[in-house]
Amino acid sequence: MSMAAAAPRLSRRLGEIVFLSACWVATGVALVALAAILWSLLTKGVGGLDLNVFTKSTPAPGNEGGLLNAILGSVMMCVLAMIGAALVGFLAGTWLSEFARDSRYGKVVRFLNDVLLSAPSILVGLFVYEILVAPLKGFSGFAGAVALGLIAAPVITRTTEDVLRLQPTALREASVALGAPVWRTIFTVIWKSARSGMLTGALLAFARISGETAPLLFTALNNQFLSLDLTKPTANLPVVIANFALTAYDDWRRLAWTAALLITATVLVVTMLARILLRGNTRSS
Amino acid sequence: MSVTVDVPVAVPAAPPRSARGTGWDRAFEILCFSAATLLLTALGGLVISLVIGGWPALSKFGFAFFTSAEWDPVQEVYGAAGAIVGTVVSAGLALLLALPLAFGIAIFLVELCPPILRRTIGTAVELLAGIPSIVYGMWGLFVFAPWFAKHVQMPMMMSAKPGSLWEKLTAGIPNGAGIFTASVILAIMILPFIAATMRELLMTIPATVRESAYGLGSTTFEVIRNVSLPYVRTGAIGAVMLGLGRALGETMAVTFVIGNAHGFPTSLFSPGSTIASTIANEFTEATGELHLAALISLGLVLFVITFTVLALARLLIGRQQNL
Repeated sequence: MSMAAAAPRLSRRLGEIVFLSACWVATGVALVALAAILWSLLTKGVGGLDLNVFTKSTPAPGNEGGLLNAILGSVMMCVLAMIGAALVGFLAGTWLSEFARDSRYGKVVRFLNDVLLSAPSILVGLFVYEILVAPLKGFSGFAGAVALGLIAAPVITRTTEDVLRLQPTALREASVALGAPVWRTIFTVIWKSARSGMLTGALLAFARISGETAPLLFTALNNQFLSLDLTKPTANLPVVIANFALTAYDDWRRLAWTAALLITATVLVVTMLARILLRGNTRSS
Repeated sequence: MSVTVDVPVAVPAAPPRSARGTGWDRAFEILCFSAATLLLTALGGLVISLVIGGWPALSKFGFAFFTSAEWDPVQEVYGAAGAIVGTVVSAGLALLLALPLAFGIAIFLVELCPPILRRTIGTAVELLAGIPSIVYGMWGLFVFAPWFAKHVQMPMMMSAKPGSLWEKLTAGIPNGAGIFTASVILAIMILPFIAATMRELLMTIPATVRESAYGLGSTTFEVIRNVSLPYVRTGAIGAVMLGLGRALGETMAVTFVIGNAHGFPTSLFSPGSTIASTIANEFTEATGELHLAALISLGLVLFVITFTVLALARLLIGRQQNL
């Protein structure tokens, strides 16, 4: 711009230096925050990481115990949620990409799916409470799984639609030209070629729900004991953290930090895995 | 808007089909259609359940529910104004803090970062988005709040001149738990989302456009200010609103550090509450039907606020680029 060109040279250069340093500083702030959080988790969480964590259930204050019931409950609910969410998400994403790309109804679904995707998770918890917990008069692991599934499904739908859209039209035409019906084209050609992208979406959804706390507070609640019964309140890592962190008992707080370390490690590993998968996918195509 | 659908209309997305396909094709299409409709039903059910569940409180208090800040489970009087203000203020402050940082990061990654470090730093920033809310809450309460009270809150209070507005803003007990702390934690949480979207947007700018600006002798700052930012303006506003939407509904992290006091916050450091934190704190211990209904109405208010923000965000981003 002529205005800028007319300005004195020094002030331009000064502005540039200030601006560039600000960008460096901003990035530095984010990296320091990440490092500080991970450092706290490691220093406070690793100490409590022993065999008891994986073999004993949550203790009474002052007693020896672990997180076995919470880990088991979290795994059961997440797996159940992911099965349902993957089924709905893959199919809904396929519908949006293959059958309803430009239809009016497709646009509505796409938009509302995006809304559901970023809706506050605590509202999903309220919804599941209203439809499952209140009518059945009891908190249950099953309700927790439904809440988590409702959070995961829109993520999977979105990523599935996005990767399917990237598949070349020629691929579909080639398959149809060979006489394959549409369902076979989608199953064996489109899905196969978009496989790693779809898996990435599922992994990201899993990473998202494995740390979710708010929707579980009033669906799965918590359970002190080891239980495989999903029709009863079910222990889970996030709610155990929420309950134990805010107590005055040192050993409970230590367990809360250990649980936080476990969850964060899981989420970060899964996220990295998803990224690597995605990278491999884009490179090969 | 009414959506009438009896038979899903198959728009030949890609495969040109001469016939309507076999029975299996129809079955598969209907299956996919049902899955998509299930998602739609879930969102609709969510809204309806919030309206029905919250109705007792809404009909009892009427409009006063939104204007009164009195929240008293013992007297059975409920007003949402305190929580609404707490939500909007904490999210707004968080956005104010996160915005310059996120733009700085995005610009750094696109324009300044040495190529070897680009992937590593980009991943690190994205990992910040992966850390669960509850972990932010714990870290915020036990690690960040004490540090913040000592090194930020105290100096800020000391620097205030008696009688100034600054003194009013920094009044309160500097114990680290309050609106401002919650905003800082929220800012860290939404930072990666805004930065990632901004980065994507900046990458959509054609290289020739930026190169011409550089060719005219512009500095990086001038290219960003006069070429890049105007180019992605609409999308950038969308990215910001997406971040705002997240901050508004964030629950656990805020619940841990905001101090959980009902009523209007009086200063930056005073304890407060947000809609989400109030629900998280009181729902399982609700004293009666009306208390429960009041909390669900709060949820409805939160839905309306976030829906508006997110819808605007999607509209703006969608117009800019199909992100």
